[in-house]
Amino acid sequence: METPALIFCVALPLAGAALVVALGRWPNLREAASLGAAGWLFLEVLALLPAVEAGERPAAVLTAVIPEIPIAFEVEPLGMMFALVASFLWIVTTIYSIGYMRGHGESNQTRFYACFAIAIASAIGVAFAANLLTLFVFYEVLTLSTYPLVTHSGTDEARRAGRVYLGILLGTSIAFQLFAILWVWVLTGETGFRDGGILAGHAGPAATGALLLLFVFGIGKAAVMPFHRWLSAAMVAPTPVSALLHAVAVVKAGVFAVLKVVVYVFGPGHLATATGAGWLLAIAALTVIAGSLVAMRRDNLKARLAYSTVSQLSYIVMGALLASAWGIVGAGLHIVMHAFAKITLFFCAGAVLVAHHRTEVSELDGIGRAMPITMGAFLVASLSIVGLPLLGGMWSKWYLALGAIEAERYAVLAVLMLSSLLSVAYLLPIPVRAFAKRSPKAGSGVEEAPWPCVLAIVITAAGCLALFWYADRWLRLMEQLVRT
Amino acid sequence: MITAHLPALQVVVPLVAAPVCVLLRRSRGAWMVAMAVSLFAVAGAWSLLAGVLSRGPTSYLLGSWAAPWGIEYRVDETNAWVILVVSVISAAALLFARRSVEREVETDRIHLFYTAWLLCLAGLLGMAVTADAFNVFVFLEISSLSSYVLVSLGARRQALAAAFRYLVLGTVGATFFLIGVGLLYQVTGTLNMADLAARLSELGPHRTVTTAFGFLAVGIAVKSAVYPLHTWLPNAYAFAPSAVSVFLAGTATKVSLYLLLRFLFTVFGLEFVAGGPVPLLLALTGIAGLVAASVAAVRQEDAKRLLGFSSVAQIGYLVLGVSLLTTAGVAAALIHLFNHALMKAALFVCLGAIAYRVGSVRIADLAGIGRRMPWTASALVVGGLSLIGVPLTAGFVGKWYLVAAALESGWWPAAAAMLLASLIAVAYVWKLVESAYFRAPSPAAASVREAPVSMVAAAWGLAGANLWFGIDASLPIDVANRAAAALLGG
Repeated sequence: METPALIFCVALPLAGAALVVALGRWPNLREAASLGAAGWLFLEVLALLPAVEAGERPAAVLTAVIPEIPIAFEVEPLGMMFALVASFLWIVTTIYSIGYMRGHGESNQTRFYACFAIAIASAIGVAFAANLLTLFVFYEVLTLSTYPLVTHSGTDEARRAGRVYLGILLGTSIAFQLFAILWVWVLTGETGFRDGGILAGHAGPAATGALLLLFVFGIGKAAVMPFHRWLSAAMVAPTPVSALLHAVAVVKAGVFAVLKVVVYVFGPGHLATATGAGWLLAIAALTVIAGSLVAMRRDNLKARLAYSTVSQLSYIVMGALLASAWGIVGAGLHIVMHAFAKITLFFCAGAVLVAHHRTEVSELDGIGRAMPITMGAFLVASLSIVGLPLLGGMWSKWYLALGAIEAERYAVLAVLMLSSLLSVAYLLPIPVRAFAKRSPKAGSGVEEAPWPCVLAIVITAAGCLALFWYADRWLRLMEQLVRT
Repeated sequence: MITAHLPALQVVVPLVAAPVCVLLRRSRGAWMVAMAVSLFAVAGAWSLLAGVLSRGPTSYLLGSWAAPWGIEYRVDETNAWVILVVSVISAAALLFARRSVEREVETDRIHLFYTAWLLCLAGLLGMAVTADAFNVFVFLEISSLSSYVLVSLGARRQALAAAFRYLVLGTVGATFFLIGVGLLYQVTGTLNMADLAARLSELGPHRTVTTAFGFLAVGIAVKSAVYPLHTWLPNAYAFAPSAVSVFLAGTATKVSLYLLLRFLFTVFGLEFVAGGPVPLLLALTGIAGLVAASVAAVRQEDAKRLLGFSSVAQIGYLVLGVSLLTTAGVAAALIHLFNHALMKAALFVCLGAIAYRVGSVRIADLAGIGRRMPWTASALVVGGLSLIGVPLTAGFVGKWYLVAAALESGWWPAAAAMLLASLIAVAYVWKLVESAYFRAPSPAAASVREAPVSMVAAAWGLAGANLWFGIDASLPIDVANRAAAALLGG
């Protein structure tokens, strides 16, 4: 189904970026432009949902760089979901940023909002990509456009972190991902995403295994160890960047790409024939555990959340590699569930920084009395990450566990359970400290972050709760992936 | 009909215009003559290419002497493409050159500078258009001698040493080439390429022919700066006047690589070449050049030398593409040849503009240029991205086809080396970008303004071409595929 609106969806944030630059001198107008673009984009993306739910695939061609492989878009359920999450959370993050950036007195705010909009445009491009080349193009734009955000503060530390960020993300994508894309092209003569995959019949077990390895490591944004260090390096960025980009847009673009490649290039059936897929699964499982263990030892709140993200991302990689129907459904759901929970946690970390200038977990004793809403939301989001009932995070773990059983990989099941326990250990002490302990510097009364920050936190925390009750629509969307 | 004489006019017009520049004795007038000639060459090249694409190859007999005895000019897809690249780069470089040369060359020598430029242009176009092996040598010498002169006019004293080194190695290369042509003539009694090809294929295995091939290949390799015969190139580019770096980087090695294609496929033929050790040797030098020159580029402190080493690495890509001996490989090499001319010319124009304002192109002195010279610096970034091969720039298309061609032939190490070199390119391009955008301005750069309009226009014209051909590459892909099919098929 030809739908030019897809191109509009990618162009809209870009136009927003241009408008932000043009209005740079008037901060209120500039933020209004950001909010307007974000709201409009969400509505545009939402308008595509009914068609996709009905099984249609809206498509549009932008240009043909290389005649056989155009830069083209096509919306399938997975991309629909990712685009919805990214565009909705862009609205919330923009609200949050207004409070944060002003409250924290950050400089270069115009560049910040402009780069942010470009990053969202590329995330939408990744979500809607119709072939591997398009995916690669927007994946790279996403890396480049987030670099100025990572090095926003301009300090030497930020610049060093920026070098790690760019080095790992660009390096893995050129060395492994591009290589894999070209290999797929040479083997099959196409790079499009098709139901059931395109590799079956073209690649033997060894070649399939090698390609899988190249894709999983070549998509560095999925942060599978040993290519995870860019994520902790990126934490020098302002908190809204860590929240939307390094908990949602950038990292989810990574795991989304892994999932999309597994479903539409390999095909779950063909994936099962790959040599060495078990080893990759083991590496992802190791990342889940090791990420949690490192998170436990980090006192800096953002660093702890970053390693928690590393760990949670590999849930999705595991789900993809299980090559079972429920595993893929669970992995898809986890993109949404983890996005809402983790963005809430980062919002809270930023709110604590803005209101009380605290960055370390050990400094948070008793802060719950001063910031009851923020720390309450933190508790809700933590429980969602752990995967307790009445919160959205439960569903994705449930289906991932089902997927592990279906694939008869009981070790994966054990890893899932162990990791839940570990996440209890590294997340729950924080709200416990905040509410149960007494602050040495006993502040009097409530002192929350600026109201836009609190509003954003409440919205995303409410999202974590709502996702438990309204998961069936997502579920049905994800089931389309495995129906064939 | 003037268009019937176009192949000859491509060479004759710059050749005749050169002495006119000497007689004019005015720097501005000489520039205008050179520019007019280059624009004429662009128009001529475009009409030649359009003619070839619609009507097929054309022959032109100089003085109407029939082919094996007289000199034949023959235009097919391959050299029409090269002629277009050379004339476009010459025009773009001249647009940049006017202000730059005024600064870097003594005023009373400027008209001689443009004389040498026109001679060089005539030589390069002649090498591309002629179908006579000895005539190639004549034009090779014309272009080489004039380019030694151009390099030696550089403002710094090292320019003389660089020009001398270029002269010595260039002369060795040209002599090898001449020996090769002489041996071929001794065996076959002809100098016309088509005639040579016919007689060589009748001859069968022949030791003298093999020797001639060796001499020709080495001679051309020196002129194309194929690793490890590249040592003249980095210094020649680094110390030449800025405009000359732009011109030579976009044209000289490209025409030499065209000669390599011409002799490999048209004169000696695929069968002869594929039988010997040549593909393997080419592939090995290509891979070695890619990796070694890229690593060397990372270690440079002078931006122009850095780009010089990067050129050697890019030549490695082209040689690697040719070494596959497949239509896909040769087509990819032709695409990348065009793209590399665009990106290197854009980058050297930017550095020239920086040299014009800051007075230095040491990487440390580029610090803070991003804020002081935003247009130039952004064009530098576009050129750099294209050099790395980031999608939506021209560089990506060339590399895509090169790696795909290597994979198609099952040459895994070649594909891996190309991607590895792209990674190293990230490192050396990043050195430039980081200095320009993420460092506090150096004292030299603190007070500079944006470069003159003509320079910015040249920089963005070329950078824009890099973006254009990264988004719509149908023209280079189409021409290159047809040229490669013609070269390998016939």
